[in-house]
Amino acid sequence: MEPSLATYLALSGILFTIGAVGVIYKRNAIGMFMCIELMLNAVNLTFIAFSRYYADTTGQLFVFMVMSVAAAEAAVGLGIIISFFRNRISVDVDDASILKN
Amino acid sequence: MIGTALFFLFAGFAIACAVSMVYQKNPLYSAVSLVGVFVALSCIYVTLAAPFIAVVQILIYAGAIMVLVIFVIMLLNLDEDKPLTRLRYLYAVGGGLGLILLVQTMFIFYAVLRAPKDPVDTSQTAGKSLSIGQAMYTEYLLPVEIVGIMLLMAIIGGVILVRRLEPGQLKLVVDSELDKRHEEEEKDDYRIAF
Repeated sequence: MEPSLATYLALSGILFTIGAVGVIYKRNAIGMFMCIELMLNAVNLTFIAFSRYYADTTGQLFVFMVMSVAAAEAAVGLGIIISFFRNRISVDVDDASILKN
Repeated sequence: MIGTALFFLFAGFAIACAVSMVYQKNPLYSAVSLVGVFVALSCIYVTLAAPFIAVVQILIYAGAIMVLVIFVIMLLNLDEDKPLTRLRYLYAVGGGLGLILLVQTMFIFYAVLRAPKDPVDTSQTAGKSLSIGQAMYTEYLLPVEIVGIMLLMAIIGGVILVRRLEPGQLKLVVDSELDKRHEEEEKDDYRIAF
């Protein structure tokens, strides 16, 4: 006996929620970035679960695409964080206030 | 039976690591907890007959992306998060929003009533690298090419973002930033960073 599809989707929903709440709670740009990675992974889990229960490889293929997007996001996002740190000596998103005044 | 036991073991591990990631103040501990989530999810993928994706998950996420993140954390020498002084009410708002989102996602129990209860026997085709590769280079060739171009753009964008400024430009930025800092100690921190 294996867990049903709904169980996998529930796990995915819980992980997605933790990631979304983390984005709200964290003020550290790198912490927010990691929470976004967690949300992407939760979505990947639904893709894989549907791919298994409907016997369709397409889901796994699109997990591959999501991973590529995550890798691109890591490159550009960390580049932005580094250049932000160079200008402000901080990765706290509250310090990104140059447009405020 | 053993499948269910394995699932709940790895699911519990994934959720515990995810909560720890949000809870930890030190970004390095957060990153290590996130690696735990990736490993647990990779084990679940193996039980879902997706060995190729499980290996790619470890290689790309735990191997490449998290190494990059930890590299940046160490490069920037980040401290622990400062305690939240203002906007403290956001904790309650965030918790409430999270609860609503959780209730919404739990509607899937209602939504998947029509979905298949038992997995189809896919041991012959799905999940093998052969069938993924065939789909990737025939039916889904265009998305794969688009992903390739996107990765190239990400490489170029990343290099341009983190390049050093010319000395003249750099002096302007540093001077204007030093003017804004009041404490001597802050100015010293800023000078050290360059």
